[in-house]
Amino acid sequence: MMLGRRVTLKNQFKEIAMYRNRMLVSLFGVLAMMLLLIVWVAQLQITQYEKYRTESDNNRIRVLPIAPTRGLIYDRNGILLAENRSVYSIELIPEQIKDMEKAVAELSELIVIDEDDRERFFKEVKRTRERFKKIPLKSRLTEAQVARFAVNRHRFPGVSVEARLVRFYPYGEILSHALGYVGRINDRELVTIDQENYRATRHIGKVGIEKYYETILHGKIGTQRVETDVQGRVLKVLEQEDPVAGSDLYLELDLGLQLAAYKALEGQRGSVIALDPHTGGVLALVSTPGYDPNLFVTGISNKDYKKLLNPDRPLFNRALRGQYSPGSTIKPHLAWLGLESKTISPSYAINDLGVYQMPIEEDRRFRDWKRRGHGSQIDFRRAIIESCDTFFYDLAYKMGIDKISDTMQQFGFGEFTNIDMGEEVPGLMPSREWKQRERRVRWFPGETVITGIGQGYWLSTPLQLANSAAAIASDGIRYDLKMVGAIANQNSKITIDPVLAQKQVDIGNGQNFKRIQNAMKEVNHNKFIGTARSAFQGANYLSAGKTGTVQLFGLGEDEEYEAENLAERLRDNALYIGYAPFENPTIAVSVVVENAGGGGSNAAPIARKVIDTYLAKLQEGK
Amino acid sequence: MNASSSARSHTHKERQSLAWRLHIDVPLLVSLLVVMGFGLIVLYSAGGQSESLMMRQVARLAVGCTAMFIMAQLPPRFYANWAPAIYSFGIILLLAVLIIGDKGKGAQRWLEFAGFRFQPSEIMKLAVPMMVAWFFSERVLPARKRELLVAFLIVMFPTLLILKQPDLGTSLLIASSGMFVIFLSGVSWRLLISFGVVAVIYAPIHWFFVMREYQRERVLVYLDPERDPLGSGYHIIQSKIAIGSGGLDGKGWLKGTQSQYEFLPERSTDFIFAVLGEEFGLVGVILLLALYLIVIARGMYIGSQAQETFSRLLAGAIVLTFFIYLFVNIGMVTGLLPVVGLPLPLVSYGGTSMVTLLAGFGMLMSIYTHRKLVSK
Repeated sequence: MMLGRRVTLKNQFKEIAMYRNRMLVSLFGVLAMMLLLIVWVAQLQITQYEKYRTESDNNRIRVLPIAPTRGLIYDRNGILLAENRSVYSIELIPEQIKDMEKAVAELSELIVIDEDDRERFFKEVKRTRERFKKIPLKSRLTEAQVARFAVNRHRFPGVSVEARLVRFYPYGEILSHALGYVGRINDRELVTIDQENYRATRHIGKVGIEKYYETILHGKIGTQRVETDVQGRVLKVLEQEDPVAGSDLYLELDLGLQLAAYKALEGQRGSVIALDPHTGGVLALVSTPGYDPNLFVTGISNKDYKKLLNPDRPLFNRALRGQYSPGSTIKPHLAWLGLESKTISPSYAINDLGVYQMPIEEDRRFRDWKRRGHGSQIDFRRAIIESCDTFFYDLAYKMGIDKISDTMQQFGFGEFTNIDMGEEVPGLMPSREWKQRERRVRWFPGETVITGIGQGYWLSTPLQLANSAAAIASDGIRYDLKMVGAIANQNSKITIDPVLAQKQVDIGNGQNFKRIQNAMKEVNHNKFIGTARSAFQGANYLSAGKTGTVQLFGLGEDEEYEAENLAERLRDNALYIGYAPFENPTIAVSVVVENAGGGGSNAAPIARKVIDTYLAKLQEGK
Repeated sequence: MNASSSARSHTHKERQSLAWRLHIDVPLLVSLLVVMGFGLIVLYSAGGQSESLMMRQVARLAVGCTAMFIMAQLPPRFYANWAPAIYSFGIILLLAVLIIGDKGKGAQRWLEFAGFRFQPSEIMKLAVPMMVAWFFSERVLPARKRELLVAFLIVMFPTLLILKQPDLGTSLLIASSGMFVIFLSGVSWRLLISFGVVAVIYAPIHWFFVMREYQRERVLVYLDPERDPLGSGYHIIQSKIAIGSGGLDGKGWLKGTQSQYEFLPERSTDFIFAVLGEEFGLVGVILLLALYLIVIARGMYIGSQAQETFSRLLAGAIVLTFFIYLFVNIGMVTGLLPVVGLPLPLVSYGGTSMVTLLAGFGMLMSIYTHRKLVSK
């Protein structure tokens, strides 16, 4: 009735029928599409359930690395030489900070952040791929800085103060060249390290023992499976695998001896090495000047670093890398070779007028350090005790370079000492082949003559000098040098056995070896002519040694001398090698003091102090 | 007279009931309330158990139900009479939006009106089917081709205006609401099929000359979410992970890691279905769809009982558009359809669309409860 005038009843029937038909089609359409949704969702939730479950777990679960504690370094008596100290650092999570520049700028109002810190921080932010990793901005915060940040903490989401264990070297400069140091991992190291094991580690051994024993000191990373939200906030710890701390190192080094050696050498440029002749263990290793290794741990500032680049070269490890002409210190070795090779007999003697003339080139003269010579009847004994050059010019010429070169290598010259430090250089034991190969010139006989007094091409490191002294002390048995005597973890302590050096001195029946050992004893104890007699005056033990005084001709490694220092830098290097006690030696030493003058008066007294200290300590120990 | 008697008559008892007198259809109301209740349970979890968020949603539902109640009081005749005026008013507002409207999220959708911000496109969700139904109500059906063309233009004009804002989701809803009226008016299958063929031919033209770059990107990302895993693909990847990891029976209420740890973006609004899928699994998904189906079935029944062409067409269009609404949302959240930005009806947090939606259901109730009854 209300349905409009134009609409007929017939149309209404037709319309309703049509409408219901369309509605039915629609209903089937709706049902079909709902079924499609259900099938589609079931396909996600049933068929691909495992895949999505895993992806959901990957979202929420993160494996956080836990850094292992770095192994400690002790001296032979268990005194801590390198420890880990808790240090506060301010760290940022880039993902949780909206405006990094602004955050850093605001932080620097609270805490002084210098340009070096900023630069390093932004570099690391750029480099880091791992999400939600805390990146240190400033390390070694003071208590006051920590407090100041704590008050303002709410202003800095994503910024936190973290306490981290950081290497500390309590003896600083004194052990710098003996231990080396750790520093922040740099780009180059990042490529070579085991990335997985170092995920939580910020520092790595850069030089010295810290570098050589890096894998042992570092330990094994631990992991923590945690549940996090999308912001990386940790909500729950699911499980944890503890890290395995690095092993501790027990050095052969004796801190007391090291301190004495350092004190004796302090203020001069040079090196003191003390060895256990029966093991090759390094009892003391000093190179001066040193530096404070703690500066390098959290990153040295440019200013501090520039200070270390001075002409005294404090970063240069003279003990391992300083190459010096051995000078007269090798006279006992050559004398022994002369006797053993029967080039001379024990009674062979010369008349020394202060000059040596080669038989073939009579116009070439080689002067003795003593202007008028050492007088008549100079046999090998007096030649060692008084350090007569002429005798050794003659002897070297008679033996020839080939024999000298071969045998001196057996004493370790020109050879690596294989010390567990990694940075040593082999020095140079010249030979005919070497000269032809490297210099493309034949060997001249005159060069053999000056080899007789440890000059010319011959270069040795303080380590090699000490090693050769130890070889004489132990009747020709020579060991590879070692800093580390034992490695200890929670469960066990492994002692490292001495390793014989590859080349050994064949002392035959030992008669000639005894002869030169006796001559070296006279060097220290002959009251009238021993070159080290004043240094060893009043010693309550017998010892053996040999002095060396090496003239410099303005060549060698020190070419960067400034003009005003020239005079000083051209003074002789003072050298000394020795061992004690004379019977059953327990210590062998080498001393090198650059530009100090005569070895007897400048190097030998340092050796005396070192030996006194060590023997006294042994006495106490008994 | 015959039309009314062909419909099933209602008992005396039903006619006298309070609900009937208040023009409320109880089955529809109850099924809607159940969907809303289930939706609130999901929202409590999706909204991070925020009580204030729940309060705001309950308030919004209350406003929507009030709108539904008011709409139910007005007879269908009223809507038919006012349809041309409301439609024209809506068109004016849409034009106003394009000229002076606020820009929000890069699209011009909002109109500021006496301190009120609202989207004129919401009016059109109801005005378009009303207008088309009104247009057909005076005519002999199936309509002639010229009439169909007019109806088509009635639908397409506002659709294009909204598409231009741009608001792909709403324009899709409005177009389908109008198209459903045309479909239900009995347009011949032949015409429908040829229309489909034209659409298929037109699609590539549309792709290259009409679609915005971001819309094309949405389609491309939909086809391959890995295209942009951190940008536009991120939503859908995280959503699929959430749903897929829910498995058959879900991770449990409040225990969805994707949802609770905020890996899932827009978890309380457009992507709330993913929260349901993750925490209640396939079981929950089927339950929600079943509840929706009850609402739809009741709506279809009301349509089939309508006595006038206008109410019949309007009722059918409202209920089918409701289905499209949920289908598009679920389709997009599950990666079946492109992301077009529609909320899940009655469940998603917020939106004026909730009020419009319930107002539409109010019209359904009005259509059902204002029938002329024939006493036996």
